[in-house]
Amino acid sequence: MNKALSGALRCAFGAAAAGVVLAASNAAFAADPIKIGVIAEAQAIAGASIPQAAQLAADEINAGGGVDGRKIEIIGYDNHSSSADSVRAFQRAVNEDKVNVVIASYISEVVLALEPWASRLKTPFVTPGAASNEISKSVHADYEKNKYTFHGYLTSAALALSVCDGAKDLLVDKMHMKTAVIMSEDAAWTKPLDVGYEECLPKVGLKVLDHIRFSPDTTDFTPIFNKIEGAKPDVIITGISHVGVQPTVQWKNQQVPIPMFGISSQATNETFGKDTNQAAEGVLYQGVSGPGVAVTPKSVPFAENFKKKYGNYPSYAGYTAYDEVYYIADAVKRAGSTDADKLVDALEKTDWEGTIGRVQFYGKDDPFTHSIKYGRGLITGLMLQWQDGKQSAVWPKEVAKVDIKFPSFIKLSN
Amino acid sequence: MRAFQILIDGFAISALYALGATGFTLIFGVSGVLNLSHGAIMVAAAVAAWAAASILGVGTYAGALIGVGVALLTAFLTYFAVVKPIQDSRRIPNEEKEIFVLTGTLLWGIMIQELIAYFFTNNAKTVLPIVEGVVDILGVRTPTNEIFTAIVCCLVIALLWLLVNRTRTGKAVLAASMNPRGVTLLGLELTNIYIVVWAIYGILAGIAGVLLGMFLGVSSYSVGPLTASAFSIVVLGGLGSVSGSLIAAFVVGYLETLTAYLVSPAYRTIPALLLLVFVMYIRPQGLLGRR
Repeated sequence: MNKALSGALRCAFGAAAAGVVLAASNAAFAADPIKIGVIAEAQAIAGASIPQAAQLAADEINAGGGVDGRKIEIIGYDNHSSSADSVRAFQRAVNEDKVNVVIASYISEVVLALEPWASRLKTPFVTPGAASNEISKSVHADYEKNKYTFHGYLTSAALALSVCDGAKDLLVDKMHMKTAVIMSEDAAWTKPLDVGYEECLPKVGLKVLDHIRFSPDTTDFTPIFNKIEGAKPDVIITGISHVGVQPTVQWKNQQVPIPMFGISSQATNETFGKDTNQAAEGVLYQGVSGPGVAVTPKSVPFAENFKKKYGNYPSYAGYTAYDEVYYIADAVKRAGSTDADKLVDALEKTDWEGTIGRVQFYGKDDPFTHSIKYGRGLITGLMLQWQDGKQSAVWPKEVAKVDIKFPSFIKLSN
Repeated sequence: MRAFQILIDGFAISALYALGATGFTLIFGVSGVLNLSHGAIMVAAAVAAWAAASILGVGTYAGALIGVGVALLTAFLTYFAVVKPIQDSRRIPNEEKEIFVLTGTLLWGIMIQELIAYFFTNNAKTVLPIVEGVVDILGVRTPTNEIFTAIVCCLVIALLWLLVNRTRTGKAVLAASMNPRGVTLLGLELTNIYIVVWAIYGILAGIAGVLLGMFLGVSSYSVGPLTASAFSIVVLGGLGSVSGSLIAAFVVGYLETLTAYLVSPAYRTIPALLLLVFVMYIRPQGLLGRR
């Protein structure tokens, strides 16, 4: 009897103790931070802005009281621009540091390597800067498995459309250009970009005379420019990201008389002018935002705050990373939890006005599932030009501040 | 027209390759050191020249000088902090020293590369050319800087030839490359000769680096490819043979340019590497190798 009593008592005590522990852990859960792992290329200018912008967004949200009392904690990992390092960082972020969401990388090859890990570890994952169509196509192809990946930047297909839309207004309608040569680096993100270019350039009135793809480790661009010049196009349509400084400087040094227009990721960096010794003058490039360009009321304050804190303007991936932290926080609030599947559902319903426009994701039945929507009223991108050592918006006209102007060695054929 | 283009562009790039490879082969010829931090030293020179001119605003000429100075310093540091301690070590068996030097300089090169990436990011930098503008040669619009690069490379190589063949110090260097023990028997301190050679090497690598920064631009990513390209040129020409390296530099430079123009810029480096493999089969000592 005594024994039985003491056993029952022990049980009761045990249950009570367990209850106390559970209650305590629940209380701790309510105040637990929302952990966002940020894996990025700290040594590359485009990548360096990613953790900085994410931190800035987290600080702002935390200063306003966090999300339902929960603070946002950013845990950063440098991936040295390597896919293998990124995968290790992703595993560590999820398994050891217990992050709820991961924001990672501007390199398509890296993001494509992380995508299966987001599926395996069932962790929502957003990229602020990679472009390859394959990222969101994989989500479409196997939704149940890959639904954890979100493409927080324009796909290459959308980038090509953005460049073509800009080219129509600026080059065809205004400057009466008729022909183009496509010059792009050989990388995962440019394959769909080139397909997009080949398709949409003729539609807007630019005949594609030649298409030059070159290895991303090319250093001497002389033969490439000479070949392009031989084809006598009105404009060079670019698809470059891994390279940028070198072709731009050689374009100027060789005084290639044809303007460059298109995607040139490195040109979106504020330091590009200095890196090229101002050879960037006249380069036209596509961007989602830029210093002093009020795409939305949030764009300029963000860029200025970023500059105040870090000393330079953010790269394109900085704008998207900043927005991502905000819409992730918004999704956590709507989901009422950081449970991965609930968060995916909430992220799919994102409708967030960020610094680059209105962010919504394509749905399960769209070919680019979980990629941000492209179009008027959402995100259209901009065309900017390096003028007098600064980046100025030239398209679309709602945000354009200046007219296009070229250095003296450019000879326009019309 | 295209032939002239290939001739002119090929010459500039070949001359630059030649200058880059000369120092590398000289060090090997005289002291038996295969310096795998070669690319890092060239990039350090170019980035220093860029930083001095663009960030500190010292001007193009001073920037270029600072670049060469940084290469000289780095070369000495390589010798005194990495190579010499290995060569002097009693704990490393003599027959293993070469492999230690190889590994040591490789790691040292990676350290320099990471430092550059850390402080200056891995974005490419270009040094402002000393001469700007373009000139028309036989109907080919050629950047003046390209001509300047070719002339400086040829001049420096000629000066090196004079130094080695016409001065007492140079002759001692030459003698050391032929028979180090004989030189010591003549009462010459081998270490002093090595210091001279590393100084020459530092200056050559520095000039090559700065010119490369002006002509094509460099980034911390260039470190590996630059070492590899110097290494393959030197192996093709024959390890330790300066004239072999010069010939090989022009063979590689023109082969690359021809491929870029006539086949595709994407395959630029492939034929030169195939040639290297082929030469290794039929003539393992390289074109003018003597070992």
